[in-house]
Amino acid sequence: MYAQMVKSTGNLKTRDEMSPEEAHFQDRIDAGEKIEPKDWMPEGYRKTLIRQIGQHAHSEIVGQLPEGNWITRAPTLERKAILLAKVQDEAGHGLYLYCAAETLGVSRDELTEDLLSGRMKYSSIFNYPTLNWADIGAVGWLVDGAAIMNQVPLQRTSFGPYSRAMIRICKEESFHQRQGYDIMMKMAQGSEAQKRMAQDALNRVWYPALMMFGPSDKDSVHSGQSMAWKIKINTNDELRQKFVDQTVPQAEFLGLTVPDENLKWNEEKGGYDFSEPDWNEFFEVVRGNGPCNTDRINARIKAWEDGAWVRDGLMAHAQKKSSQVAAE
Amino acid sequence: MSKEWPLWEVFIRGQHGMSHRHVGSLHAADAEMALKNARDVYTRRNEGVSMWVVESSNITASAPSDKGPLYEPSNSKIYRHPTFFDIPDEVGAM
Repeated sequence: MYAQMVKSTGNLKTRDEMSPEEAHFQDRIDAGEKIEPKDWMPEGYRKTLIRQIGQHAHSEIVGQLPEGNWITRAPTLERKAILLAKVQDEAGHGLYLYCAAETLGVSRDELTEDLLSGRMKYSSIFNYPTLNWADIGAVGWLVDGAAIMNQVPLQRTSFGPYSRAMIRICKEESFHQRQGYDIMMKMAQGSEAQKRMAQDALNRVWYPALMMFGPSDKDSVHSGQSMAWKIKINTNDELRQKFVDQTVPQAEFLGLTVPDENLKWNEEKGGYDFSEPDWNEFFEVVRGNGPCNTDRINARIKAWEDGAWVRDGLMAHAQKKSSQVAAE
Repeated sequence: MSKEWPLWEVFIRGQHGMSHRHVGSLHAADAEMALKNARDVYTRRNEGVSMWVVESSNITASAPSDKGPLYEPSNSKIYRHPTFFDIPDEVGAM
């Protein structure tokens, strides 16, 4: 999802293959205990979590770019203030998550450098453009909706700092989805042209939003270990199904059509049948060949490089001041 | 020159909170900036009426492995809880 392609390190071990420490660690997780940063943990757990939380944090930060694109062009002052608050929340969410990752022994600069060099990923969804104001509605409604779907169960994840960050984020996130849906309602009930824009935004965002849950379970290797460690709670397909079931009635309320000819209620499974997204497109975007990958990374590199003198200057000032205090 | 800003721990006392509670951490060059950042990062929804920031390196924490020696001794001292003592109902509220 926000962490789509996180490979967990090491294969799932049986009880017999575990060292006494590993077995004790697994017992604690099975008993629902939280693992805290200073507790003993398998190296694979630490590494997988750094990747996953880091990718999640990067997604929050890069996710500001497509929305920030519309702050100056929001249709009213109120919409502008609301969007600004939402984008500010995303920055906050990124910071909570970076701090959680840092408790595992990685530095903020290392995480940033790994994002800028492409060693670490962020969610594929943010490599799509926001072409008009209706996209801001569709992003809030669908992208934040998909994010919530994934983040709610992660509140119960085994790693304490990650769980606490998720709890905080979930409290704030439903505002995001509602503001998106509010935009969609306004447009869907507006003029014919506005309604066309709303439908067009849904058409473009639908499949990229479905991709946010990551590859289909049959192609998603490595998730067994993450599930045993409770750093992944549901499978990709479970969450995708839940998202579709929740979202289709919301689209119907808006009078919009989900762009999927195969979408059909399946009484037997108690959920919708639907078309899978184009996985070739997904893997291309993850590989760096989406419509906005280069723009997004270049924007982050520019922010990092342009901000260097500020970071260094403030640090130098703080050191000078503390040495003056020491001298007095 | 590249030097990472130090890490600070943030504590906030809420409207009806009895004491400051740890809410998270952040990076800042100095204490003044840590307070400003804490306000932006941790009080966007009226969470608090007072903030403390402490540089993380100044915090001494107990080790998880000391859990036994530190807390187990109190397990056997249940007489520290008022419910340990049976007081007859006739005595009234106590």
